[in-house]
Amino acid sequence: MSDIVEIAIVGSGPGGISAAARAAELKVSHVLLEAAPHLSNTIFRYQKGKHVMAEPEALPLRSPLTFSAGSRESILEAWDQGVASLAVNVRHGAEITAIKKLDDHFELSIGRKDKLLARNVVLGIGLQGNIRKLGVPGDDAPFVQYTLDDPDEYEGETIIVVGAGDAAIENAVALARQNQVVVVNRREEFARAKEGNLRAISKAIEDGVIECYFGAAPERVDKLSVGRKPGRLILNTPKGRAQVLCDRIIGRLGANPPRAFVEACGVVFPNADPSAVPAISAKYESNVPGLYIVGALGGYPLIKQAMNQGYEVVEYILGRSVEPADEPLLRAKFQSMPGFSSVGAALEKVQSAVPLLATITPLQLREFMIDSDIRTPKSGEILFKRNDYTNSFYCIVAGQVEILVDEAAGKRVALGPGEFFGEMSLISGRRRSATVFAGANCVLIETPRRSMTKLINSVDAVKKLVDRTFVERAIRARFGDEATVAQIKEVVSGASLQRFKAGEVLFREGDDGDCLHLVRVGSLTISRSIGGRDIVLSYVPAGNYVGEMAIIGGSKRSATAKAAVATETIRVERDAFRKLLGQNPLLRAKLAQEVKQRTAENITMQAAASGGDIISFLVGQGLGEATDVLLIDESLCVRCDNCEKACAETHGGTSRLDREAGPTFANVHVPTSCRHCEHPHCMKDCPADAIHRAPNGEVYIADNCIGCGNCERNCPYGVIHMSAKPKKKPGLLQWLLLGAGPGPGESPYDPDSHEKKAVKCDMCKDIKGGASCVRACPTGAAIRISPEQLPEYAFARGP
Amino acid sequence: MHDSILDYRGFRYLWVALILSIGSIVAYVWHDPIGVPNGGSWLGYTLGTIGALLILWLLWFGIRKRRYSGGSGTARGWLSAHVYLGTTLILIAFLHAGFQVGWNIHTLALVLMLLVIFSGFFGVYAYLRYPAMMTRNRADTTRDAMLAEIRELDQQTLQLADKVDKSIHDAILSSIQHTQLGGGVWTQLSARDDSGLALAKLKEAVLKSETGEKSSKSGQTMVMMVDFLANQATDAQSENLRRLIDLVSRKRALAARVARDIQLQALMEIWLYIHVPLSLGLLGALTAHVVAVFFYW
Repeated sequence: MSDIVEIAIVGSGPGGISAAARAAELKVSHVLLEAAPHLSNTIFRYQKGKHVMAEPEALPLRSPLTFSAGSRESILEAWDQGVASLAVNVRHGAEITAIKKLDDHFELSIGRKDKLLARNVVLGIGLQGNIRKLGVPGDDAPFVQYTLDDPDEYEGETIIVVGAGDAAIENAVALARQNQVVVVNRREEFARAKEGNLRAISKAIEDGVIECYFGAAPERVDKLSVGRKPGRLILNTPKGRAQVLCDRIIGRLGANPPRAFVEACGVVFPNADPSAVPAISAKYESNVPGLYIVGALGGYPLIKQAMNQGYEVVEYILGRSVEPADEPLLRAKFQSMPGFSSVGAALEKVQSAVPLLATITPLQLREFMIDSDIRTPKSGEILFKRNDYTNSFYCIVAGQVEILVDEAAGKRVALGPGEFFGEMSLISGRRRSATVFAGANCVLIETPRRSMTKLINSVDAVKKLVDRTFVERAIRARFGDEATVAQIKEVVSGASLQRFKAGEVLFREGDDGDCLHLVRVGSLTISRSIGGRDIVLSYVPAGNYVGEMAIIGGSKRSATAKAAVATETIRVERDAFRKLLGQNPLLRAKLAQEVKQRTAENITMQAAASGGDIISFLVGQGLGEATDVLLIDESLCVRCDNCEKACAETHGGTSRLDREAGPTFANVHVPTSCRHCEHPHCMKDCPADAIHRAPNGEVYIADNCIGCGNCERNCPYGVIHMSAKPKKKPGLLQWLLLGAGPGPGESPYDPDSHEKKAVKCDMCKDIKGGASCVRACPTGAAIRISPEQLPEYAFARGP
Repeated sequence: MHDSILDYRGFRYLWVALILSIGSIVAYVWHDPIGVPNGGSWLGYTLGTIGALLILWLLWFGIRKRRYSGGSGTARGWLSAHVYLGTTLILIAFLHAGFQVGWNIHTLALVLMLLVIFSGFFGVYAYLRYPAMMTRNRADTTRDAMLAEIRELDQQTLQLADKVDKSIHDAILSSIQHTQLGGGVWTQLSARDDSGLALAKLKEAVLKSETGEKSSKSGQTMVMMVDFLANQATDAQSENLRRLIDLVSRKRALAARVARDIQLQALMEIWLYIHVPLSLGLLGALTAHVVAVFFYW
């Protein structure tokens, strides 16, 4: 192919098709290259009937194609129609394997042989990667698929699952409930699988529930026209050829990540973090001139954003300037800032005033500002109170704020323009450590946790600055009342951040006491070996320190400190700390007092060893990262399940509590129910941003859940499940007097239900009187406690 | 940190009940009726009204317990009050009646009330005692896990039995089929399971074959088979037989634990099937009693 197109667009996701449509509209020569036989493969692969959202609501759409919130089918149909009516030049089956830059144009390699020349390239390939196919003749048969939406959809079939990773195992085990499953594993074992999955598949194979071909590879897929099964898979096994008749073949062979491909095109990523995105200019151009990146690959995963970017990138390529789609949005935001003239000027002012934001690209700043709010509180206004559960981050553009560091003494510390605050709750997930008041002429940028975390993780300079400030403030808060700023700075300069995995030991009993740890994120258990057993003495949550006893006393470690969950600490070296103590006799005295108290506490706890066992057990169940957990005393629980019934009745018929499931130790039972973790695992990966933390600390799933199931998979405690809204049933009196309906409790399974959303305990935040499970327990067996009360609880139950 | 139904809020309702009881006794002793103490005197009417209202309030607990959103107080507070005030009802009813009983509808109401209250006593006893026993019996596992293990053991024993002899396989199969966990009310409450039958036969058979004794009566065929096997069995088969006995013993222990688990839960539930219907009967009898009293007045 010797013709050069003006714009080659790789990937027909929302970004790609929007760009191609704009190019077609302007009659610019272009080609839209798509590997799949249909457009927008990622969205095409969404579950049937899935509701797709059009966030952010306020952002206007600028694209020749239409898009609004609706079902997957309606959106795809609208795009197909739009693309056809604009006569977009689409080429399907065109998998781009390489892009080479030559002088003033690019050479794109399609598949193995074809080549295409283009002056500009727009990469809209998203993050999904290219699914690895079986790669054998016949692998495009209609019964071969690479995704599994709903394992319960198939019944009584013979299904072959090709693959040995977590996805393959999970699919195979789920399908084996209703079907006959055969697994084809290229190796002799399931090396890459998670432990739970490995156990499950090994057991299934041992029990003969699943048949597995080890060391086998597919050779050919045949479509059959006679016989009872529609297909046949020929395998190459160590013992020779085998053939398996089947109804379906599911390939779970992973995907090629796009990063390797993108880097091979010459694009540079800022760091090795797997979640890093390539740096792009305000016009979406990468470091390779003429190569543009739009959509998820550039760090903008939302559909509307990608469509706007597709439109804009074509405008920029043609040399036209266009007001970015988010301009009106930003204008509205900056309006309240005193002295506002234009968005550009306001952004510049922000970057010059706040060193933290000076290091990010203009595009990143725009996105950051879209998620944030400008606040201009009156002098004396409270921004947040101590122990609040908010976790947004604040940057000071102008004016000042006052932090009440010592409530009793009324001591305040002022922060001025360019500084930031609120990072402690963001990082540790704990409640606000102090009350903050606004000063005079205060102009602040308030950013929600999610956006700030994203920024910290993608820009190194931001992360370093936030970490350094955190360390300084943490040390000052804990030890600095009596010390001078210079003295603290010396301690801080020698301090370092350390990370520990759950269960990892920070220091052992008897070790040399060479440092002190201030717990930044997570929590620790302190234990001693007494009579050959490990007795847990106490539990240390974030914000507290350990290890000072050995430094002050000048002896060896008196106990072992172990991380209860993934923990981050600030490590302060012994000499620096000793010097600080030497310079501050008051501080030394205060700490000596605390050491005495702690030793006394530890001795008491040693005597009540069983309390330590209970703490050990509860921490082992992950309560170390909880903020509020339901515990059941099995010596009082009469197994009446009233708690479950109450949960179901107050939540529209679906119980979020499984009382029976869960471990028990010393009559303390931990049922399967949300623990409202400090760092909710479920929040990590919610594409609709539907999981939030309420002001009182409850983690809840809002109505805009799209049912993707990510939270269910991410939760290590299995407390989330997908459920459809049950039908209304007859009321209590009707059931009592007439026997109508199933009665209080979980509604019976409704086979007609489809739209499943994630449900989990929300601590009955909208219900007066608090948690229904506790209120409904007739014998007082159910209580809710927070981990701070763990020691009190455990030792109250001791002998 | 857990309040039980008896010590809820520092025995609050015990005090309420005691005050009510003592107040009633004092009133009864002080009161000088025309004739003998009876339900028709002003004290009788007062106590009768209190008693009837108490009965209605006690009955209301069944609804309050099922009002999950809203409702005053907590379920355990209500239950604590229910237990203590229900007990006080005995005294109030007798004081109201002036300890007069006869073969009539009034005494029927009284008797039903006593039956309800005594079944309630059993309930309190069950609620205080059985939960801890249930947890101890489970010993760190769950009922589902035990049942799953029993299923696995069944499969393993069948496979092992195949390796020994068909007759052993039949015996194991029959034992598995006879094992019944849960089921009807009586089976649940009696915690019976017949998994021990084949085991006993097996043990007997092996013992006999090892000591060379002649077997007695039941299980002749099987014993002879085992005899035969024992004499001509290879070491491998005897080994399998012994392993089989180990597995079957383990299954039997598990089955016994599951049966006990089911029994304890059944005991904690069964008394309500007496308590509630009788209390509804009481409601009827009470209505009849009140109507009769005013009709014949």
